[in-house]
Amino acid sequence: MKRHFTYATAAGAALSLLSSPAMAQSLDEKVNAIFASSTGWFVNLIFSPFPGTSFPWIVAWLVVAATVFTLYFAFIQFRAFPHSISLVKGDYSDPNDAGEVSHFQALATALSGTVGLGNIAGVAVAVGIGGPGATFWMILAGLMGMASKFTECTLGVKYRNEYEDGTVSGGPMYYLTKGFAERGKPGGKFLAVLFSVFCILGALGGGNMFQANQAHAQITNVVGDYPGWITGVIFAGVVFAVIVGGLKSIAKVTEKVVPIMGVLYVLTALIILLINFDKIGWAFGQIFEGAFTGLGVAGGMVGALIQGFKRAAFSNEAGVGSAAIAHSAVRTKEPITEGFVSLLEPFIDTVVICTMTALVIIITGQLIVDDSTGLYMLNEAGTAIATVDGNSGVALTSAAFSSSIGGFKYILAIAVILFAFSTMISWSYYGLKAWTFLFGEGKTTELVFKIIFCIFVIIGAAASLGPVIDFSDAAIFAMAVVNIIGLYFLMPVVKAELDSYMSRLKSGEIKKFH
Amino acid sequence: MSGKFVVGYDGSNASHRALKFAVAKAAAQGGSVMIAHVLEWSPYSFLTPNELEERHKRRNEELTRAKEVVMDPIVKEMSGKGADIESTIKYGKVVDVLCDIAKESGADQMVIGRDGDSGIASRVFGSVAGALAQCAPVPCTIVP
Repeated sequence: MKRHFTYATAAGAALSLLSSPAMAQSLDEKVNAIFASSTGWFVNLIFSPFPGTSFPWIVAWLVVAATVFTLYFAFIQFRAFPHSISLVKGDYSDPNDAGEVSHFQALATALSGTVGLGNIAGVAVAVGIGGPGATFWMILAGLMGMASKFTECTLGVKYRNEYEDGTVSGGPMYYLTKGFAERGKPGGKFLAVLFSVFCILGALGGGNMFQANQAHAQITNVVGDYPGWITGVIFAGVVFAVIVGGLKSIAKVTEKVVPIMGVLYVLTALIILLINFDKIGWAFGQIFEGAFTGLGVAGGMVGALIQGFKRAAFSNEAGVGSAAIAHSAVRTKEPITEGFVSLLEPFIDTVVICTMTALVIIITGQLIVDDSTGLYMLNEAGTAIATVDGNSGVALTSAAFSSSIGGFKYILAIAVILFAFSTMISWSYYGLKAWTFLFGEGKTTELVFKIIFCIFVIIGAAASLGPVIDFSDAAIFAMAVVNIIGLYFLMPVVKAELDSYMSRLKSGEIKKFH
Repeated sequence: MSGKFVVGYDGSNASHRALKFAVAKAAAQGGSVMIAHVLEWSPYSFLTPNELEERHKRRNEELTRAKEVVMDPIVKEMSGKGADIESTIKYGKVVDVLCDIAKESGADQMVIGRDGDSGIASRVFGSVAGALAQCAPVPCTIVP
């Protein structure tokens, strides 16, 4: 709580010092102060540390879950990796099902919801606070998270609702209710409702405000500073046009451009790594050393670990349950196949793309090292590592890329805006599914949610990074609390599916079509 | 002598000419005609979450529409001209799917229309008739 008041007071003090007459700026600050003080309790609840330590219980919760699933399914993320690739390629797709949602499409759509600012801005936050060592924990969390994703997406398909008109609805709220009922366990409905509430908050937080916030930061980085609510209103207008007005063309363009941007981003990162190939060994040295010593970052090794795990979970959403909503539309006779496909998601998102960002930031020397000790220097507040231009978040990534390839900040600005937009569209859908689960389907109830969603775009763009990122994390992790409880109860279902599928695959009953 | 003709039909004038040609040939030799209508589709395209949810429903709608608007009228028109008429509607890349149909149905010949368009677009992207001429598994007649 203290931290948030600090933000607000600091902002207020800065404002009175400048005695800025600009109404707009004060509107931003007002939004910020109200937002920080009204969400602080929730953030504190989710991120409260174990008594006597600085280790948040929620991080342990996610790590333990990922470890349990990894062991329970005997390292499925490595065993099934090649099979996952051939499923995505369509090797096992029945040609008679052409025209239905393919594995590739379900994966691509889920990815465009997760690949985004978490990979660009989130990683910068992790490395900026936790140092290079955070990268190690991030990769580890990504690899483990593959097993969580596998579990939830299999259940998402298995317990989805298929309606008479051919549309489907799936996700944790459905497997929590139907799966628990099937196994004769009580409390499924309660968990489903709880999940839906958190999913709506997560959609408004990480899936919306954080995106709007960082998109604004990126735009000001290019065109100069101006009030955040202006970006907010414009973004809200476009989002409104798409989700309320049904303007499909914008969504279609974004869905097509986003994957291209993703590939372009990774290629650019690779080029920068190639230019600095002599430093790659050093960078990995920093990552390993930092992972276990912290190299002087706030909180030391634990600080690096917490940042790494937090940002990985925020980026790939493994265990959160959101992907189970996106993946449940695939056309397959075997729910487990979607589990296999979905385990590629944390791999692509975290192990590949996030690591690229982290390496570029480290290699381009954005983080200031004290030459005499070899440790990283902290900023004045002592909360994060001092950076060359005092950047944090997406601005840090932008500075890192631009230092090697001049003008990249313009490309990154476009990429960030598109990523932010596609993530918002995906999350507006996840949020809507949770909303209709709670309040029933219907044009009016849907419209209410969509309008609330648009309002939060403006709030997100106007508030400052600290409170927004805290609230976003808290809401998304709250989803994971409920979802993972459900996964523990339902993982024997997945195990049965897995054993049955594997034996039929071995016997040749399930065969390739291509 | 009998034989099976696979004809790609999309409702255009060119495909109509091709079909008439094939039916006349098949009738003369006591053969049959398979009318194939392909809905262009790639499993690697990108869809929004909303489109994913509605895909199965849309697919059914598209199939129904293709049957009612394209296939049923032409089957009716071509029936009773001395050749057995079969029909099929599939999703995929037009050329690949037509070749697959020809292979699977044991066709002896394929017939495809062309619109005679020699514009820049067909030069760059190629045309269905041109591609079929290259990769048809059985003899392929291109009807102008």
